[in-house]
Amino acid sequence: MVDTLERTTAHEDDHGHGHEEHHGPGGLLNWLTTTDHKVIGMNYTVTSVVMLLIGGAFAMLIRAQLTVPDGAVVSLSKYNELFTMHGSVMIYLFAGPFAFGGLANYMVPIQIGAPDMAFPRLNAFSYWLYLTGSITMLLGFLTASGAANFGWVGYAPLSNAVNSPGAGADLWIGALILTGFSAIFTGVNLVATIFYLRAPGMTMFRMPIFTWNMLVTGILILLAFPVLTAGLVMLYADRHFGTHIYDANGGGSPVLWQHIFWFWGHPEVYILALPFFGMVTEIIPVFSRKPLFGYKGMVFATISIAALSTGVWAHHMFTTGVVLLPFFSFMTYLISIPTGMKFFNWIGSMWGGQVRYTAAMLFAIGFLLTFLIGGITGILLASPPLDFFTHDTYFVVAHFHSVVMALVLGAMAGIYYWYPKMTGRFLNERLGKLQFWMLFIGSMVFIMPGYVLGLQGMPRRMAVYIIDPTWQNLNIVSSIGGFMIGLSTLMFAVNVISTIKAPKTAGPNPWDAHTLEWFTTSPPPHHNFYSLPNIKSERPTWDYFHPDAPALIHDDHDPSHVPGGAKADAK
Amino acid sequence: MKAEARLLIFLGVFIGIMGIVYGIWSKEWGGTAMLIGTGILGVFPGLYYRWWSKRIGYRPEDRDATMEEGAGRIDTFPGSSIWPFTLGMGCWFLVLSLVFGTWFAVVGIPVVMFALAGGTAESRRGGDPAGH
Ligand code: HEM
Ligand SMILES: [Cu+2]
Repeated sequence: MVDTLERTTAHEDDHGHGHEEHHGPGGLLNWLTTTDHKVIGMNYTVTSVVMLLIGGAFAMLIRAQLTVPDGAVVSLSKYNELFTMHGSVMIYLFAGPFAFGGLANYMVPIQIGAPDMAFPRLNAFSYWLYLTGSITMLLGFLTASGAANFGWVGYAPLSNAVNSPGAGADLWIGALILTGFSAIFTGVNLVATIFYLRAPGMTMFRMPIFTWNMLVTGILILLAFPVLTAGLVMLYADRHFGTHIYDANGGGSPVLWQHIFWFWGHPEVYILALPFFGMVTEIIPVFSRKPLFGYKGMVFATISIAALSTGVWAHHMFTTGVVLLPFFSFMTYLISIPTGMKFFNWIGSMWGGQVRYTAAMLFAIGFLLTFLIGGITGILLASPPLDFFTHDTYFVVAHFHSVVMALVLGAMAGIYYWYPKMTGRFLNERLGKLQFWMLFIGSMVFIMPGYVLGLQGMPRRMAVYIIDPTWQNLNIVSSIGGFMIGLSTLMFAVNVISTIKAPKTAGPNPWDAHTLEWFTTSPPPHHNFYSLPNIKSERPTWDYFHPDAPALIHDDHDPSHVPGGAKADAK
Repeated sequence: MKAEARLLIFLGVFIGIMGIVYGIWSKEWGGTAMLIGTGILGVFPGLYYRWWSKRIGYRPEDRDATMEEGAGRIDTFPGSSIWPFTLGMGCWFLVLSLVFGTWFAVVGIPVVMFALAGGTAESRRGGDPAGH
């Protein structure tokens, strides 16, 4: 079944040709055979939110165990499995796939006026690799020797065949190979779609910032993930084929694994963060009724983050004693500059606007605040002497949870913003705001004690700790925060479930937004558009509905605005 | 196409220079190799796009164009296909064979072959007979 598409415009009749009803198979077969980026994006979104729930359930067990110094909720060895699988599920199976497989898959083609991803079948293949990879990782719990238990980073020599025998570790490796290829194919698809399927007039510098961020994320995926996959293949070879690549006894180098892992791992931090940067950059101007402040600055900040993010990996390895401290410390300070620039642009976009505090906007602001805390403590950790002191303590756990809880807030912002587009229905705003306060306050209550505990020396990855009233009290507070986060997740589940049967009242453009996805119906038809407006700025939908107040043309010298466009320079 | 090319070349050159500085300063060859390799990975496709941008000039999506200027056939998209799922299952079994033994490969390899053949045949059947 193949559809050949013709382009129609907003000025023609609303039911252009090339969009005849799509006759696909129905039901389960439809789900198995779909190549529609919207269905695949939905599949990704739902699967990754399920992974968030599973990883969150592990976190609840971890926090329950830590409420008392000698907790007996789980055994010591089960605890090792739990924090490994909590970290792995959250990073590999929730945060990334949610951002680049879920919302990006759904929104990027629509934002640039494309009918689908460039390679729809590859896109479907990515999803199946992701789903089977997720199942493979979780299968570890069903094996006799349990799931992987060497931390989400799988450091050598802990992850070798002697220290971690058993199927759990191999399932972990296999899962990461599957999800790694899934990510790579998604990266290929994003880049190709954005390079080749933009609508006429949608120049690179008129693309929505979310799309820009996903382009850069796609490029980062392509340069980072192959390194991880290669590293995993070598790890498997060490475990089963008798090679000694990471084995000091055989002349190999355990630190090489760390280099490879973090050469993927630090760009991965930005692969996780950039999509959420993109989401809040869409949301904040819309709910401030202003154009984005500093569009080009935003784009250049994103590109420089990508460029610099490949040169900072060994800030995770300061304590190995064999890395070039000044280089990595300096590069890490550098990368905070473009990230800081974005904060000014976000604040500038709200400044003097008519801010509407919808649930999506609240989550976006919560993202900014929480990410700011993570960013600032990250700058502290970029200083080697400080890192020597806090490495492998709860200070680090608190630092990166400030970042990842910001990602969860960003994910919620994206969901509340785009849910009407994806389903035609609104989530309950009041419950959404309640969920926001529960999640935001819960995150702070959960994170802050960690900073104190870390400075006092509480090591991470420990199921028990010394009996000390201060430590125990701080841990109890942290656990209360954790359970508040759990509660907020239940509120979210209730909110989604209670709207499943609601009438579709959203209409095409409920938020009076800027970008092309709000020009089409909610949910969009097969192949996305009945018609498209002419694209004159980075806010085509706004321009169309507000011809009296078009977006500011942000750069008068941009030659692509030359009438006629014959000699126009494509920026 | 020009902006796209510049983006990739910029990233490639930047990362390549970083790799050279890092290599000379640290003498740590693992990271140096990865950085320079990554740089090349940016420059290669970047130059390819540059070459194309010279040949095809400005596409409607590269300039201030109206929808009418881009009218016509966009591309051919598969409506649905069973082969991605089949291939995914085959790959899953191949990976499981790494953990649980060769039996899984006995299933996995034929499924992968079958899916690759099926998907390829589907591509050749479908699409515009004029060929693109
Ligand atoms: C529901 C809220 C969460 C709670 C209560 C929580 C709790 C924890 C705790 C207490 C640890 C430390 C375990 C230890 O070192 O003994 C931990 C580790 C970790 N968490 Fe979370 N977490 C939450 C959400 C997340 C999210 C959303 C992500 C990522 C997107 C994440 C990623 C990680 C990672 C990567 C580790 C390190 C695992 C390791 O040491 O190998 N967590 N979490
Ligand atoms: Cu890092």
